[in-house]
Amino acid sequence: MSSPLLHVEAISHFPLVARSSSAKLLKEFSETLAGVTPASRLEVRPAPETASSGIAQIDALTGGLPRGCLTEVCGPESSGRTTVMLAAIAAVTSREEICALIDASDALDPHSATAAGVNLERLLWIRCGSHAQSSALSRKRRQAFSLEERERRRMEDPVEQALRATDLLLQSSGFGMVAIDLAGVPLKMARRIPLTTWFRFRRAVENTPTLLLVTGTQACAQSCATLSLELSRQSSEISRQEKVLSSRSSVLNKRQSSEDRHDSRDETSASEKPSHAELLTGIEVQIEVLRSRMERKPVKSVGDFTTKAVWTA
Amino acid sequence: MPFACIFVPDFPAEAILRAEPELRSQAIAVLEGKPPLQKVFAINEKARRIGIEPCMTKIQVEPWTDLTLRPRSLLQETAAHAALLDCAQSFSPRVEDTAADTVILDLSGLESLFGSLPQIARDIARRTSDLGLEANVATAFNPDTARFAARGFPGVTVIPEGKEAERLGNLPLDVLFSGLTAPNTSEADARILETFDLWGVRNLRALCALPEVALSERMGQTGPYLQQLARGAVARTLVPVEPPLIFEEAMELEHPLVLLEPLAFLLAHMLDQLSVRLGARALAAQKLRLQLTLDNGFHFVEDVPAEESSPSQKSQSTTRSSQFTNCHPERSERPAFPTRSAPLPTNLQSEIPNQKSASEPGLYAPEGGLCDEYLQSKLETRNSKLFTRTLELPVPMLDAKVFLKLLQLDLKAHPPGAPILKVHLSAIPAQPRSTQGGLFQPPTPEPEKLELTLARIAGMVGEEKVGSLQLLDSHRPGAFRMRHFVPTQPKGQKEKSDSATTQAPITALRMFRPPLRVMVTLRDGKPAHLVCPKRKEVDGEILWMAGPWRSSGDWWEEDGWARDEWDIAIQSPVVSRQSSAVVSRGSTGGDARRSIIRNPASAKSSLALYRLVHDLLSGHWFVEGTYD
Repeated sequence: MSSPLLHVEAISHFPLVARSSSAKLLKEFSETLAGVTPASRLEVRPAPETASSGIAQIDALTGGLPRGCLTEVCGPESSGRTTVMLAAIAAVTSREEICALIDASDALDPHSATAAGVNLERLLWIRCGSHAQSSALSRKRRQAFSLEERERRRMEDPVEQALRATDLLLQSSGFGMVAIDLAGVPLKMARRIPLTTWFRFRRAVENTPTLLLVTGTQACAQSCATLSLELSRQSSEISRQEKVLSSRSSVLNKRQSSEDRHDSRDETSASEKPSHAELLTGIEVQIEVLRSRMERKPVKSVGDFTTKAVWTA
Repeated sequence: MPFACIFVPDFPAEAILRAEPELRSQAIAVLEGKPPLQKVFAINEKARRIGIEPCMTKIQVEPWTDLTLRPRSLLQETAAHAALLDCAQSFSPRVEDTAADTVILDLSGLESLFGSLPQIARDIARRTSDLGLEANVATAFNPDTARFAARGFPGVTVIPEGKEAERLGNLPLDVLFSGLTAPNTSEADARILETFDLWGVRNLRALCALPEVALSERMGQTGPYLQQLARGAVARTLVPVEPPLIFEEAMELEHPLVLLEPLAFLLAHMLDQLSVRLGARALAAQKLRLQLTLDNGFHFVEDVPAEESSPSQKSQSTTRSSQFTNCHPERSERPAFPTRSAPLPTNLQSEIPNQKSASEPGLYAPEGGLCDEYLQSKLETRNSKLFTRTLELPVPMLDAKVFLKLLQLDLKAHPPGAPILKVHLSAIPAQPRSTQGGLFQPPTPEPEKLELTLARIAGMVGEEKVGSLQLLDSHRPGAFRMRHFVPTQPKGQKEKSDSATTQAPITALRMFRPPLRVMVTLRDGKPAHLVCPKRKEVDGEILWMAGPWRSSGDWWEEDGWARDEWDIAIQSPVVSRQSSAVVSRGSTGGDARRSIIRNPASAKSSLALYRLVHDLLSGHWFVEGTYD
């Protein structure tokens, strides 16, 4: 019985309140909303601190690798991904920071790491994946497809192991750099990593001095990456090698056509001959900035650098 | 010179309660003896209230439904005694190991450190309680007076100088003959007490009031000596011991444990005790060793054959007891001052190999050899059911939770495989780490957290696959080993110049583990074409090559190696960025992805550089890695 009365009373009073204190209400609203910054006045997010990548050309192109962000380096095989990763690790360890490398395909060559200048005492290497023999044995043993078995199989997946290890390391904190090497992982497996995982990683390193570097064949982290670089072999290098190839194939054709091999060798000029003592002295790598959310806009989005072999150092 | 005495009443029962603190609210009786003839050896105060008395048989006490019966555990008593010594050592370096349940410490000069004597006594009582033992603490200016006060008055007692006779006066004469009711009390002491009882002397005040000459005429030197003790006038020198830094906890289980989860509860309690003990000595654990005696394993007391005790061991035991006697003057006159819980069983005394010096007068092998050397030597020789795990900690730690988690992860990775009968946990102590962090030094992972993380990751990928790598002094390919990762503290060196940055980076090699077996077609002795059944992209005409580089080594051993290395370039299909964009925009993505992967026309080909290896011993060809 009381509620209709109150309701009537409220209705009867509302116009009065609205009329008398509309200005007061507006003032209250404005005071309440005083703490909310309008979008037009939002401050620009401070640019992340950057650290040297160990390669001057990349630093010049991007300003360095951003701390507290996810950086992605992708490219095909022999495009210099591992070289860039090792150079970054070497730079981090030279600053006396601790670095963790999560090697999804167990592909790190210790001698290459040493040659790149990595301080091995400051590098935590996590080699994912199980031995083929043991997994084959386990496959034979496990006939039933129970949930437990499925979970166990999932845990044997190197990508799954790498992601879990990354989660644990990021929670542990204190690392200067956490590098995830997915370069040897098949493309379809790398694509299966959900975007939420990359988002979680990005959130985990946010506001920390940790560099999170991911290398792979293709960009997987998509919009979660603050900086995304694509590497490729320089065309000039390819053409040079194709030239070698063509000269070599022409030599071979001539050898096949003529029975006298000595004569055919004499016909080819010395410059066209594939040199027996030819050395792999380095790789010319082209860098392209696919994505950069950093404050500092790159002057140009394409750069290049040349690697050199250990014996030429 | 002030002294403090820590006395733990009903020590065998307290040792049980220390291991099982949930029983503290219950009446508990400790049984000793072989199963048909078990008798009550010790009880707690609650059991005493309901009418239980020592020496009752098990059949007599079984009708009490609210009484908890436990067998006597020498391992737990040893650990409790060690904890008592640790507590005393945390206050004073001069500690006398008077008996299993009694410790006397010299407090001279400690007032400036710990405050007044009452304050010190309260602190001692608190720390003893932290170690799981409820003890009486008394301070006096005479070690024996402190001992009598601790035995006679519950809680904390402070006796000022000159008031010894007055304060001890109300104590019964039993205090001087503490443990008289124990079965192995000497008859001489019983006779003396009986004589005093006949004279109507029932407390220390009455004993002090007796004329000294008359007492001497009737009782010889013993009478005046007891009178001096009762007056607190006997000044003797404290015999300090320096207990070795051995931290062990052990627990015998009534029923075998099958699951690891209940074991974790036991371990948590034992680790707590160990941490408190280590903390009391201002130490941390560098190594943890867990020994589990599994079902059908060796039983400590019952299986020890009597003939194993060699004559030399017996003589050592005799030597130790004689030194013990010499260390305590009053005992040299009256060697029978046994405590109720102190003596070891005869068979056990003869079995303990007393390898260390016998200078320490502890009845419970204060050298710590009882649990460690003896158990290990006996158990390792007798059975194969001993399960041992050792945790090497990278830095000294003192966090029981971290220890527990590490042990849990380790046991999960290496389960015992049989029901557990006995748990023995020991810690190797070390000085706690001291880290002085710098403002400008880079952050490093917290050691405890990092160790847990590494243990978790090792449980996932395998122990041998986590750590830092160390190159071996060998030219053999792949000569490296994994080490436990221990982050080194930054040295605060200045950052190196950017000369390394300006230099060209070194071309890295990505290894294939295991190497890819390939079939190679040779032309003029050089590889011209290769086929890899396992990886389709490592397949095709060799466009460019360099080599071979021949190397060999260890030819004098069975696993010698010899190989030729080639650097080769072959064409490999690579998905272009445009096609990948199509894939990412696809609704399902599956069909487009498949079409790109399967259709070489949509893919751009690229050169890939590989390292080709010819094993000269087996004649096989492998692709060892790719230059990337």
